[in-house]
Amino acid sequence: MTVPTAEGSTRYAGARINRVEDARLLSGRGTFVDDVSLPGMLHACFVRSPLPRATIRSIDTKAALAMPGVHAVFTAADLNPDVNEQWHTSVGPEGPETPRPPLAEGEVRFVGDAVALVVAESRYLAEDAVDLVEVDYDPLPAVVDYTTAEQAATLVHESHGSNLIGQMSGLPASALQEVFDSAAHVVGETIYQQAYVPVPMEGRALAVDYSAPTGELTIYSATQAPHEVRLFCSRLLGVPEQKVRVIARDTGGGFGQKIMVQRDEMCIMLAARKVPGPLKWIEDRRENLIAAGQSRHEHAAVKMAFDAEGTIQAAQIDFVSDCGAYPTPWPVSTSSVVGALFPGPYRVPRASFTTKTMYTNTVGRTAYRGPWQFETLAREMLLDIAARQMGIDPMELRRRNLLRRDELPYTNANGMPFDHISPMETFEQALDMLDYPAFRKEQAEARAAGRYLGVGISNYVEPSSPGFGYYATEAATIRVEPSGKVNVYIAGGSTGNSIETTVVQLAADALGVDIEDVATIQGDTAVTGFGAGAAGSRSASMTAGAIRETSAILRERIKAIAAHKLEAAPEDIELGNSRASVRGTPTIGMSLGELARAAYFDPYSLPPGVPAGLEASARYTADTRFVWVNATHLCTCEVDVATGAVKLLRFIVSEDCGPMINPNVVEGQIAGGVVQGIGGVLYEHLAYDEDGNPITTTFMDYLLPTATEVPVIEYGHIETPSPGPGGYKGVGEGGAIGAPPAVVNAVADALAPFGVTVTRLPLGPTQIHALIAGNRG
Amino acid sequence: MGETTVNVTVNGRSCEAVVEARLTLADFLRETCHLTGTHLGCEHGVCGACTVLVDGAAVRSCLMFAVQAGGTEVTTIEGIAAPDGELSTVQAAFRDCHGLQCGYCTPGFIVSVTAFLEDNPSPTDQEIREALSGNLCRCTGYQGILNAVHQVTGAARGEEPA
Repeated sequence: MTVPTAEGSTRYAGARINRVEDARLLSGRGTFVDDVSLPGMLHACFVRSPLPRATIRSIDTKAALAMPGVHAVFTAADLNPDVNEQWHTSVGPEGPETPRPPLAEGEVRFVGDAVALVVAESRYLAEDAVDLVEVDYDPLPAVVDYTTAEQAATLVHESHGSNLIGQMSGLPASALQEVFDSAAHVVGETIYQQAYVPVPMEGRALAVDYSAPTGELTIYSATQAPHEVRLFCSRLLGVPEQKVRVIARDTGGGFGQKIMVQRDEMCIMLAARKVPGPLKWIEDRRENLIAAGQSRHEHAAVKMAFDAEGTIQAAQIDFVSDCGAYPTPWPVSTSSVVGALFPGPYRVPRASFTTKTMYTNTVGRTAYRGPWQFETLAREMLLDIAARQMGIDPMELRRRNLLRRDELPYTNANGMPFDHISPMETFEQALDMLDYPAFRKEQAEARAAGRYLGVGISNYVEPSSPGFGYYATEAATIRVEPSGKVNVYIAGGSTGNSIETTVVQLAADALGVDIEDVATIQGDTAVTGFGAGAAGSRSASMTAGAIRETSAILRERIKAIAAHKLEAAPEDIELGNSRASVRGTPTIGMSLGELARAAYFDPYSLPPGVPAGLEASARYTADTRFVWVNATHLCTCEVDVATGAVKLLRFIVSEDCGPMINPNVVEGQIAGGVVQGIGGVLYEHLAYDEDGNPITTTFMDYLLPTATEVPVIEYGHIETPSPGPGGYKGVGEGGAIGAPPAVVNAVADALAPFGVTVTRLPLGPTQIHALIAGNRG
Repeated sequence: MGETTVNVTVNGRSCEAVVEARLTLADFLRETCHLTGTHLGCEHGVCGACTVLVDGAAVRSCLMFAVQAGGTEVTTIEGIAAPDGELSTVQAAFRDCHGLQCGYCTPGFIVSVTAFLEDNPSPTDQEIREALSGNLCRCTGYQGILNAVHQVTGAARGEEPA
C-alpha cells in the first residue's frame, strides 16, 4: 500500500484504505442534523391529514396557540403566499411540474399531507400542540389504485385535468407487429412490483437559522445534494444564493430520497423567517413511512419474440407507474428510461415501449437507488418465463443473446449507446463462481428428497455518472496549505458513500503525497464549488475528474517551483511521498512543506510567472454523456413449501465497475444495494388499504431485512475501464437494480415443480403459499 | 406535567437534572447530557440505533424513561472508546471490516455487540446473527458488520484476521 511507485502511477487508488469518516462515526462524534443545537432553537412538528382526500373546511389553531411554549401554528394561508419560485434545478423552471403547495391548500391529497406546522420550544410540546389543532375535513372520494386511475372520475389534481401525468413512447408497437406475428415463440406477461422505499435510518431533517438583520440563512440539512438545497431555498424565498449557506456534515443515508427538496422542507424554510429562533424539524419514522415518498410500485405488460433457437427478435414494454399525489421530481422522464433500457445488455434488434405515470391519492413518488430498475426486473423475470416455456435452460437462453465484447460499441434499438461493458464476462464469471452444473445436480437430489432449491440470475447494464445539464460538472479546490498539508474542498458530504475517503485517496495519488497529509472539507456550500450531489452513481467518476483537473494545475506549479529551487528542468521533477525530487537522483529534492513555505512566505523567490501560494480550483466537465456499467447477480435459495419461507443460500455479484478506487467501498455499496433489493422482494411493502390508508407505518409492519436473513455476498470483478477519469464507473445503485430479479427467479425456479409462474411481488410467505396452492388446484 | 430529579451516572460522570416524567432516556442523554452519539431511528424499539448500556445490559433508550434510569450507570457510544480516543476492539473491527457507511445506526451496533460479546465471547455465526437481528442497518447489508464481529471473536481465539 505504501510502496513508492513510478511517476503518475497510483499508490492508494485500488487499495482497501480505512475510511476517514469512521473515527467520528464510530465514537458518537458525527454531526447529523439532530445533533445541531443552537441557542434559542425551536422545534417544528406537522399536523398531517388522516384522510386520503378531503376538503379542508377550517383549521382551528386557538387551543394549540394558547399552550405555553408554543410560538406559532402556521397554515397554508401563512406560508404559501411567501413562495417566490419553486423548481428543482434538474427539471428547470419551465418543467410541466406538479403544483406543490408547501402546506395543503383547500384540499388534502394523501394520508400524511401536511396541513399545519406547529412551532414550539421543544419537540414534546410541539407534538402536544399538534393534537390540539382542530381541522374540519369534508371527506372526498380518493384515487387509490393507480392501475385504474386513468379511467377514474375523480381527479387528484383538478388543475391537471387528468390523472395521467404524462406518457412517453419509443417506436409504436405496430412497427413490431410483423416480427411478433411471425416469431417462432412469443412470450408475454404482465409483471407487478409493489411499493417499497429507501428507508434511510435517519429520516429527513432540516434546521434553519435565519438572521433577520443580514437576511442570511444557515441551513443544516440531511441531504445528498447540499448545493441543490441552497439553490432551491434561494429561489423559494427570493433570497440571493450567497446569503444561503447549507451545511451537510453527516447524513444518515439517503438512497435517492434525500436528493430533492420536498414540500415539508419548503415549509421549514418558509417558517424559519417568521419565528424568533433557529427552527429544527426532525422527521420521525412514522412520518418517513407515510410522507417521505414512495418508490417502485409499477407494472408493465412485457413481451419478447424469439426465433426457434431462442434468439431474441424483438422486445416490447408498456409500463405504468404510481406516482402518488406529489411526485418529486416530475416522473415522466425517469419512466422513459425504463422503456429505453428494457432490452438490457442483450442483442435485441427491434424494440418498442410506452410509459405512463399516474397521479393517485397516496404519497408522492421519489427516487430510490436505480429509479428505473423495473426494466431489469421485468426483463429478467420474462427471460426465465420464456426459457421455461421454450424448454431452454435459462442460462443458455441468456448466453445466446448477451452482447459480446466484439459487438461493442452497440447502440440498442432505443438508441442507448453501450460501450466499455462486459455482460458476457460477468455472466460467465458468476456462473463459474457458483459452479452451475453442480448446483443443478444438488437441486435435483434435493427435489428427490422433497426439498425445493432454486437458482436465479439477472444481468443489467445501467448508465452511471450522467454527463448532461446540471449533472455534467464537478468542481474541486485543492490547497496545499503553508505547512505542506493538503486540503481538498469538494461538494460531497457524507451520506454513507465514503466520498471523503475517495477524495483523500485520489488526491494523495494525484499530487504524490502521503495519504496522512491529505484531508477533505465537504458538505458546506460556503467553501465548496457547486456540485449536483450524490445522485445517478456519479460521485466516483465526477470527483475523480474534478481532482484530476485541479491537481494538474498544482502539479505543474509545484514542479516549476521545485525545478527552480533544485536547478533542474520541470520535466525532470517527480512527485512522490510528499516530496518533489529530481528524476534519477531522489536524494536531491524538497519536501512539499518546504515548497509550500516558499510559495506562501517567500514569493519573490519563485520562478517568473508562477503565482504565490499553492492553491487551485478547477471544474471538470464530463468526458462522456454516460458511463455504462454492468453486472450479473446470481442467487440460490431454498423454499420451504409448507411455510412459504425463503432462505437465500448463496448470493454472487459479478460486476464491472472498472478499476476500483477502494474495494471495501465498492463491495459495501453492492452489499447495501443487494440487501435492499432482497428486502424489496421478500419482506418490504409500503402498503395501503383499499381506502387509501397507509398500513405499514412502523418497523413492526414495514419489515426490513436483518442480519438473520441475509446471505454472505460473494463478489466477482471484471475490469473494463470507462472512457472517463481513471476509467472509473459508478457503483452506487447497481446492487438494488440487479438483486430483485435474481431473487424472484430463484424462488420461481425452486417452485418450478409446482408449475407456478411468478409475475407479482412481493414474495412473502403468504404469496408463496398462494402460488403453490393455486397450482395444486 | 410532573417533574422529578433524576441522577444518572453516564460514562462515569454524575448527571443530575430535573426532568419530566415522560422524558425518554434517549432524549435525556441527547438533550440534557448533550451526548448526541445515541441516535433515534424509529422511537418504537425496533431499529436498535438508540441502544445504550444500563448497568451493563443493552437497552433501547427510546423505550425507557429517564426517571427509570435514576441511580443506574449508563454507558453510551461516547464512553466506549478510551479517553484518549483509542477505539475499542469492537470499534476497530468495524473500521477494519467496513462495518459502517453512513454511520447513523453504528452507535447502536457498537453498543449491542459490546454487550453481546461480554456475555458470549465465543459465539457461533448463527448466534452472532441472532444477536445483531435487533439492530437495523440500511447501508451495509450487514456484511461488514458480521465480518467485524467475526474478527473480534476470531482474534479472541488467537486467529489471524481474514
